[in-house]
Amino acid sequence: MQLTRTFVASTLLAALALPAMAQDADEIDNISVAYEEDGRYYTEDDIPTYNITEDGQKVDWLTYSGFRRYHSECHVCHGPEGMGSTYAPALKDSAIDMDYYDFVDVVVNGRQKINAAENSVMPAFGDNPNVMCYLDDIYVYLKARGTEAVPRGRPGGREDKTDAIREAENACLGL
Amino acid sequence: MKKLLALTSVAAMCATGALANDGLVAEMDKPEQWAIQTGDYKNQRYSELDQITADNVGSLQANWTFSTGVLRGHEGSPLVIGDIMYVHTPFPNIVYALDLNEDGKIIWKYEPKQDPNVIPVMCCDTVNRGVAYANGKIYLHQADTKIVALDAMTGEEVWSAVNGDPAKGETNTATVLPVKDKLIVGISGGEFGVQGHVTAYDLDSGEQLWRAYSVGPDDQILFNPETTTELGKPVGADSSINSWEGDQWMIGGGTTWGWYAADLEENLFYYGSGNPSTWNPAQRPGDNKWSMTIFARDIDTGEAKWVYQMTPHDEWDYDGVNEMILTEQEIDGEERKLLTHFDRNGLAYTMDRVSGELLVAEKYDPAVNWTTGVDMDPESENYGRPAVVAQYSTEQNGEDVNSTGICPAALGTKDQQPAAYSPKTELMYVPTNHVCMDYEPFRVSYTAGQPYVGATLSMYPAPDSHGGMGNFIAWDNTTGEIKWSLPEQFSVWSGALATAGDVVFYGTLEGYLKAVDANTGEELYKFKTPSGIIGNVMTYEHDGKQHIAVLSGIGGWAGIGLAAGLTNPNDGLGAVGGYAALSDYTALGGQLTVFSLPD
Repeated sequence: MQLTRTFVASTLLAALALPAMAQDADEIDNISVAYEEDGRYYTEDDIPTYNITEDGQKVDWLTYSGFRRYHSECHVCHGPEGMGSTYAPALKDSAIDMDYYDFVDVVVNGRQKINAAENSVMPAFGDNPNVMCYLDDIYVYLKARGTEAVPRGRPGGREDKTDAIREAENACLGL
Repeated sequence: MKKLLALTSVAAMCATGALANDGLVAEMDKPEQWAIQTGDYKNQRYSELDQITADNVGSLQANWTFSTGVLRGHEGSPLVIGDIMYVHTPFPNIVYALDLNEDGKIIWKYEPKQDPNVIPVMCCDTVNRGVAYANGKIYLHQADTKIVALDAMTGEEVWSAVNGDPAKGETNTATVLPVKDKLIVGISGGEFGVQGHVTAYDLDSGEQLWRAYSVGPDDQILFNPETTTELGKPVGADSSINSWEGDQWMIGGGTTWGWYAADLEENLFYYGSGNPSTWNPAQRPGDNKWSMTIFARDIDTGEAKWVYQMTPHDEWDYDGVNEMILTEQEIDGEERKLLTHFDRNGLAYTMDRVSGELLVAEKYDPAVNWTTGVDMDPESENYGRPAVVAQYSTEQNGEDVNSTGICPAALGTKDQQPAAYSPKTELMYVPTNHVCMDYEPFRVSYTAGQPYVGATLSMYPAPDSHGGMGNFIAWDNTTGEIKWSLPEQFSVWSGALATAGDVVFYGTLEGYLKAVDANTGEELYKFKTPSGIIGNVMTYEHDGKQHIAVLSGIGGWAGIGLAAGLTNPNDGLGAVGGYAALSDYTALGGQLTVFSLPD
């Protein structure tokens, strides 16, 4: 596995140049791909992230899948393409601003902001397979939206769905 | 002829009205009041007040304002009964009684305590389309489906009942219909796999009298296989469950969150049912009856007299819940009792509301492309069915395939925002959406209380048109023709008002209240209110003066889809951001603005 990781990291260097430059030198890089595993991409800290092919023509499968799942499960509150609505925050920004584990925590357990000015409630999606089985998909899609690596609208080309991703999906959905 | 008919129908109304809820009928008949959200039982949203006319509306002025204290989408409108105005808000569903004799001083305020967990179970914002009045009580159907009857003078709770379970995704956004001795209420939750129903409660005690589901066995949907008809033919036994595969009907949707109309003479009430669950048509083979259906039911028993399914086996989320406008008009040389319905699917239907006969079914936006039209031949086996264009069929294109360029979008050529009808012009004034979509269905699994959608949608302004996302049209419901059409930059998401002064009013998402000439559509007046308008315009008279009032407060579906602006993914990168974002024009608010002519 380590072999794949090194190999992919080197071939992706060119594609990484742009987001990497935006980072402060001492800040943790939560965007750049460090390695790939069966079609999933990760940062140095093993956090899921998106990948765009060198020619800019294709997104990874998870980013594409995240686009679909986001617009099924999240869009009715958080607006098209993670842009936010009149009452729910723009998740394309949350995915950048929030730590991955905090992001997951809010999706799984929900969150409430009830006070004089706000009536804002994020439901707990912990037992919703349509969300939980695609949590990383949605997360990496939103991260790609947050950096504008993926523009608004449907991603054009995409990498194929790997057998490993398909198997994990079926196992998660109990199919 | 027209006058004679009007007289006889008034007489008939009074005759049965005396047996029925004569109190409310009398209140609705006073033009100085606005006693029901829909203007009257016919949903005409027409007022006999004629002080404000096409000639003088240009000098209209904002007269007084009121902040509701809530910042979510404000749908519906205030009521005016006597000297009191009743104003409601979105969640937490506050109700204010304002004293019109004292510049809107607050007589009482009712604020229910609701579990905030209901908020995220409400698809598309926490809107509420207003309270109802009858027999000295104000009726509120809260987000959490609790129904409360409040003393109209004091705001004290007289009775309450619980209509559904938010833990299963059952919520409420609609107003209620007080008719005769009953309160008829619907339910929301089509995106959560709710089995939709309509329920009658005793107006005075809150006791549940009957419940009629939209989908299910005959004893649940209150159908009589022999006497309940569709297009003149009995529907037969098990008409609903025969049109589903397995037990899918149990989470089959068909919710009932729209507007209700009633005809006391026929003892019928009318409403439509929403989408079948899920949005992925491949997961629910069959016609999915009786989702997407117009219902005529007996007020006393709930039994269905006739039904008409507009969009069998929905593939686009074209809910059938929009208002049913009842009129008496001449059509093909014959005076008839009509029902006109502007469906989300882009077709406007004119029916005989006594027999359920289909008279007219025409597109009310030329952009509509998913169908070539409805089969109007009674001899045809497809009588009454829309012919689906294969290219735009998300069923035929299949799961995991993105069907592009479908018009209208899921929010419909019109959503719940109600149209108005003027008996003077015999035209209907219709707020519309001019938005198309890409739709990709895929498999989802059901979890109680969790969203059950199963499709990815992208929406964008109708291509090859004026670039805007809405139109405000005048429609002839007897011929099925657009008389005039006013392009709007955004969807028109506000309910219209027609008046005897030959002025028609509507609000826009930028926040304008607009007045147009009922005959020509010429714009006569506009005023920009503090926030976008998704509420319905109403009118009343106080101290001899006609007032126009509307709630501002952007939100709802419009606040989701349009807040950031829409993009057409097919236009390529260059066009991204090229369409107007509503957030450039308006911000959150919750305000009532009342207009009148200067002294």
